[in-house]
Amino acid sequence: MPEKTMRDAINEALHQAMEQDESVFVIGEDVAGCSGSAGDVGAVGGVFGVTEGIYHRWPDRCIDTPISESAIVGAAAGAALVGMRPVAEIMFADFIGVCMDQIVNQMAKFRYMFGGKSRCPAVIRFSSGGGFSAAGQHSQAMYQVMTSFPGLKVVVPSNAYDAKGLMLSAIQDDDPVLFFEPKILYQETADVPDETYTIPFGEANFVREGDDVTVVAFGQMVPKAAAVIDALAEEGISCDLIDPRTTSPLDENAILESVEATGRLVIVDEAPPRCGLTADIAGLAADKAFSSLKAPIKQVSAPHSPTPFSPELEAAYLPDADKITAAIKATLA
Amino acid sequence: MSIAKETLLHAYRTMRTIREFEERVNAEIMNGQIPGFTHLYTGQEANAVGVCTHLDESDTIISTHRGHGHCIAKGAEVSGMMKELFGSSEGLCKGKGGSMHVADIDKGILGANGIVAGGPPISVGSALAAKIRKNGKVAVSFSGDGSVNQGTCFEAMNMAVVLQAPAVFVIENNYYSEHTSINYAVGCDDLKARTEAFGFPVFVADGADFFAVHEAAGKAIAHARAGNGPAGVFAEQGRYHGHFVGDPQAYRAEGELEDLRENHCPLKNFRARMAETDELSEAELDAIDAEVMAEIEQSVTDAKAAARPTAEQVTEDVYIQYTATA
Repeated sequence: MPEKTMRDAINEALHQAMEQDESVFVIGEDVAGCSGSAGDVGAVGGVFGVTEGIYHRWPDRCIDTPISESAIVGAAAGAALVGMRPVAEIMFADFIGVCMDQIVNQMAKFRYMFGGKSRCPAVIRFSSGGGFSAAGQHSQAMYQVMTSFPGLKVVVPSNAYDAKGLMLSAIQDDDPVLFFEPKILYQETADVPDETYTIPFGEANFVREGDDVTVVAFGQMVPKAAAVIDALAEEGISCDLIDPRTTSPLDENAILESVEATGRLVIVDEAPPRCGLTADIAGLAADKAFSSLKAPIKQVSAPHSPTPFSPELEAAYLPDADKITAAIKATLA
Repeated sequence: MSIAKETLLHAYRTMRTIREFEERVNAEIMNGQIPGFTHLYTGQEANAVGVCTHLDESDTIISTHRGHGHCIAKGAEVSGMMKELFGSSEGLCKGKGGSMHVADIDKGILGANGIVAGGPPISVGSALAAKIRKNGKVAVSFSGDGSVNQGTCFEAMNMAVVLQAPAVFVIENNYYSEHTSINYAVGCDDLKARTEAFGFPVFVADGADFFAVHEAAGKAIAHARAGNGPAGVFAEQGRYHGHFVGDPQAYRAEGELEDLRENHCPLKNFRARMAETDELSEAELDAIDAEVMAEIEQSVTDAKAAARPTAEQVTEDVYIQYTATA
């Protein structure tokens, strides 16, 4: 099976969806690039190159926009309401701050407010998360916030294989989907089939299987947790590692069944701790698997702080192997 | 421009329907029969009807919090709307949306919208879909003099020009954004010029005059439909009620409302024009009035008798499919 980066895997999914369905189009800032300039239109393909090559094949369906995030999301929502399948790019997840209304008050609520008589099959893609020294406004994980809004589906891939299958599922989905691409993983590779395939939403992936501790991790924390778990295996500690892949819907059963078997739970996410996914899943386990627990649940997250700039500060900010290791060991103490 | 008799009859019937619907809704709110926040369109009927007369079912509109008139003009069923306002599960939106979210996608009504200037970006999306599909459809967004000051409205107007999308921006100036005068809230003296500065033509009409709005909207919609990019309509006409039902309207000058109802009434103006041109007789118009009154009366009777939603319905219609395992 060919090895591909996550960037290329998502790019391939977009190309294949565009080939298969002419109602699919991409829209966003610099998704083609160079529009109106002396340069070659289409030469950019998104600031991370995820939409590369699309303009040259489908110039009518690869739409550069002004820097107008509300209008981008609104345009995707409106086009989806009349039957198109837009894939909009919001360059950084942090920019949800300037298009929140169109996401949470408009596209998320159409179907409900309209009595179930509309569909809004729009996908909004975001580069997401820290690790680039991109500081406070270009580093946030926002998926944990968006997970709280009914009407949205929220996807956070952790590897190239899942990213392609989840993107093809997202484009085929008839509900609005927010797709958060951990940008630190864009160049990470995995075996990715050339052909199309889908990965269903709400179905967690067991990245590792073990008996002692259940570890749930999201996005870029999944490979970090996997490395920790592999190291702990040499010490005789075996862990389940669950990657939910979609935070809405969430595969609650996978988490609960694992916790019932291990009796210990560690949740790892790169976002700050308050009202986030670590607290959400701790609450789920406390509510529904309390009698199985043999130790307090441990949450590993960033601190209650914006993402810092300096590499030393960001390294201290993001959950790392030491913190994940300490949390797992604490449940066994 | 001559207008077919059938169109005239339909336009008058629709304006009268909006007027009677709104006045009856006002009364039912005062009677405690309709819950929630409601914003009435009374007085501005010619705007909605003058614009929507040029649209067919697959053209789209998106509306505002003051949306009943736009929805009726675009073909929303009155009985379903009344049931919706009463909160019935038989309402157009199953009682999930209410006054501010009346929608009927099959009729090209992308919804009233409770967020001021929430609609224009969405309308540009519908226009963009028409451009990609090359199907000659247009997407109309209604905005008030309040919404034109929202950034989303600016973004939508600029993007429609950049993408050369067949979007029509109808700006209804009713002089007040909630309780604040346009003289205060729009910083420039010439809103038409400010709008045109985005790069599309804006056609101005007296919003109390169906024929003026019809003509201006006809030009704007033809411009967009022909592939020339977006266009605008700017119509001035006060609302007869407050911002919301129950608004004490402290901002009104003495005699202002009386003057509006007396001297700026789209229905009176329409009838006066028909008396002049003899295109429709008084008897024909009276007959429409009677039929509309009966229809509205029936819609209220039906709404009061309609099924009420049940607790199980709270979580229905959030998603088309949600595959959570719990």
